[in-house]
Amino acid sequence: MVRRGLWLSATGLLGLAAVYVLALEFTPIEVRQGPAQKIFYLHVPAAWCALLAFSLVGVASALYLWLKDARLDRFGAASAEVGLAFSAVMLTTGPIWAKPIWGTWWTWDARLTLTLFVFFLFVGYLGLRAAVHDPAERARFSAVVGILGMLLVPFIHLSVYLFRTLHPQPIVLKPSAPSLPPEMLSTLVISTLVFTVLYLGFVTTRYGLALADELREEARDAG
Amino acid sequence: MPDSLRLALAIAAKDIRAELRSRTALQSALVFAALVLVVFNFARDPTVLSATDLAASVLWVTFALAAMVALNRAFNVERENAALDGLLLAPVPREALFLGKLLANLAFVGTVELVTLPLFTLFFNVSLGAALPGLVGVMALATIGFVSIGTIFSAMAVRTRFAELLLPVLLLPFMVPPLIAAVQVTSRLLSGRPLSEMWGWLRLLALYDIVFVTLCMLVFSAVVDE
Amino acid sequence: MLRLLAGLMRPTAGEIRVLGRPLTRGEARTRRAIGLLSHQSFLYDDLTLLENLTFAARLYGLERPGELAAAALDRAGLGDRLGEVPRRLSRGLTQRAAIARALIHDPRVLLLDEPFTGLDANAADRLRADLHTRLGHGLGVVLVTHHLAEAWDLASRVAVLVEGRWAAYEPRAGALETFLPRYLGLIGA
Repeated sequence: MVRRGLWLSATGLLGLAAVYVLALEFTPIEVRQGPAQKIFYLHVPAAWCALLAFSLVGVASALYLWLKDARLDRFGAASAEVGLAFSAVMLTTGPIWAKPIWGTWWTWDARLTLTLFVFFLFVGYLGLRAAVHDPAERARFSAVVGILGMLLVPFIHLSVYLFRTLHPQPIVLKPSAPSLPPEMLSTLVISTLVFTVLYLGFVTTRYGLALADELREEARDAG
Repeated sequence: MPDSLRLALAIAAKDIRAELRSRTALQSALVFAALVLVVFNFARDPTVLSATDLAASVLWVTFALAAMVALNRAFNVERENAALDGLLLAPVPREALFLGKLLANLAFVGTVELVTLPLFTLFFNVSLGAALPGLVGVMALATIGFVSIGTIFSAMAVRTRFAELLLPVLLLPFMVPPLIAAVQVTSRLLSGRPLSEMWGWLRLLALYDIVFVTLCMLVFSAVVDE
Repeated sequence: MLRLLAGLMRPTAGEIRVLGRPLTRGEARTRRAIGLLSHQSFLYDDLTLLENLTFAARLYGLERPGELAAAALDRAGLGDRLGEVPRRLSRGLTQRAAIARALIHDPRVLLLDEPFTGLDANAADRLRADLHTRLGHGLGVVLVTHHLAEAWDLASRVAVLVEGRWAAYEPRAGALETFLPRYLGLIGA
């Protein structure tokens, strides 16, 4: 399984290189924001993958508590680690993009705020896993955090929404224009697909590694 | 009175009695809250910021931090002599056990909040007056929310080595929505704004409480039962 | 193993039946029929013995919990120590209180996990005598121990668990001396 994961990841990385070329050479430069806008092609797909990873952790958690299948727990852990990486990418590309465009490093817009929380929830989830040694207990506890976290997301969203409607915000350029010219849209879509492949590749690899670790532990205990 | 409720109250009463005897957590939390307020007081420049702008935030940050200190106690008491096993052995529905712990925790955190409030008005020269009933109401709503999640997480964290570190890391993201809502409502209350401006936030708090108290009650069994 | 029987742990495979009923979670009636005594007392260090036992009685939904608690402590010879807290009691006395707590709801089955740990000869004798009486009154007992001599005479059946498998399960016959070599062989000593 590790090998399959590595192949997928390698494909994804090749795809990523292609995206870089595509974004830098072949996609037009956005008029108002200039070349810096191109980080958008990394930022948005990374955010998408982080949220995808997070939702899957939530779903796997709920299913685990119902079915008690260790594979679900292993998947949740793998997805959380990969999700953490992607949300870190999103959180670093966000400010890098924001500074030249808006002159500020950070803004509490819905997407950034949500990803920040998802990042912290991942940290908590993985921290808890690291602190609990019994595998069954670790699986149960992680599942509880996964479910609670999944239900927190709508509340974060609601809070941000309420905050913005009741607080007049300074007019800022929106990170993604509502209507993109076709070349930009296609680059974005391609990038998103590549990132999804990367996600699948990384998660498969990580899952495979975790499985291999467990099998090795069992062999050592039995021997 | 239904059995579950009676059991929950018995458990809560036991917790409160045990804590009143040893008083360790309550004292730590109260002292901590007072210290935090003092730090905030000295950290601000009274000529630049009026008290009411910052007041609500300061109050709720203090409450949140003190709650964290108090929450660690909840399941620590059950580690003595494996008392938790004694509870789990008995025909006590896990939801009743959770409710009992929740009520006891609410009593503790509530006490810390109610003692901190007059200190706050003292340090920050804020007059509560007409805002008081509303303030107590929003304190109750927000506290129920984050204490219920805090109860679940402290049940998990207490089994690990770094409980005092893990609990905040897990809990803080969950405290943010009720904290934001509470701060918004509190600052409006203190400024004498009309109720209509707070409705959205109050509804968020109520919804949060309903969702998470129910959910925590349901998943509690997964935390304590092997 | 005992935790499984007590309903504190859930089996990953198979089913556990106590008194003819499956021990599925939440089966209040079955839980009421089981008592557990381990080397941990399940007592709260800062509550008095009376408060501890009254609380335990409440957990089992018993009527007049306070009276039952006082009576149970009396029977355990702790009637004059109702107001003391476990924090200040000796191990022997705490064990007595723990036994009283384990039996307060009059279970039909008592599970014991190394109950003689840390007890002096007097306390151990007292426990043995207590168990003997109760066995006579129809209490079912499962006692887990590594020190066979402590409980040999109480037993009607003997079971040996080796690496998660039953290595022996038979009526207890004869003296411990005859069984001991076989036992040592089974556990690979």
